[in-house]
Amino acid sequence: MTVSECGRIGRVWVPGETPLYSRGVLTIDQAAYDAVVAHARRDHPDEACGVVAGPAGSDRPERIVPMLNAARSPTFYEFDPTDLLRLYQDMDARDEEPVVIYHSHTATEAYPSRTDISLAQEPGAHYVLVSTRECGNDEGPVEFRSFRIVEGEVTEEEVRVVPAYGASKPQPMEQQ
Amino acid sequence: MAIEVRVPTILRSLTGGEKAVPAEGASLGDVIENLETNHPGIKERLVDSGDLRRFINVYVNDEDVRFTGGLETTVSDGDAVVILPAVAGGEA
Ligand SMILES: [Zn+2]
Repeated sequence: MTVSECGRIGRVWVPGETPLYSRGVLTIDQAAYDAVVAHARRDHPDEACGVVAGPAGSDRPERIVPMLNAARSPTFYEFDPTDLLRLYQDMDARDEEPVVIYHSHTATEAYPSRTDISLAQEPGAHYVLVSTRECGNDEGPVEFRSFRIVEGEVTEEEVRVVPAYGASKPQPMEQQ
Repeated sequence: MAIEVRVPTILRSLTGGEKAVPAEGASLGDVIENLETNHPGIKERLVDSGDLRRFINVYVNDEDVRFTGGLETTVSDGDAVVILPAVAGGEA
């Protein structure tokens, strides 16, 4: 075993970091999932963006906050800077963190672009991408995918949609 | 009393994990120089060729400094400075 492998295996959990057990999967309840998808459909053909906040350290996306895309663009998104400050002050006051940061792609697949990757600054967040290229503003198929983006490295993770958070076991996503 | 600077998660590796650190200065530029003295490496994450980086937002007392003079924005003891990286992306 090389030193670097050893280091990776022996990695120590640091307070404030996403707990190790939750790496590799985004668990999201149906209500939050539906709200993110609805926002993406509504704003098509512009990119929609927002966060789903949750209690700090919980890894549970609970409170969806749709944000204004200050760029109002089909190919770019940026949280309005004034709203961004309010969002973080709000999350601080509630002891929350941005568990999910989402945005939509309206003409391409639900995979982070080079710019998405280079601008990603929340290594603890699940970066969710929704593609509305097939459905547009209407009902119809959407892609919904989740990634970790840490120092320019992208790792796709499984998405588990659960009826509700709590004692019940997560259900596997239904086959389409 | 000093100026309180709120540091985003991504930069806390430079502040020993601290969410907020004290700093001094008469302008935002001074404050960043002062931060750099105590937390080397932080300046280049915020400033590029004499200007705030495009995708870094800084607020003094809740005001976006882009509208108050950027690095020249005046600050005084008791002011609150917040640093937040933009949440942004794009196809280009
Ligand atoms: Zn994107």
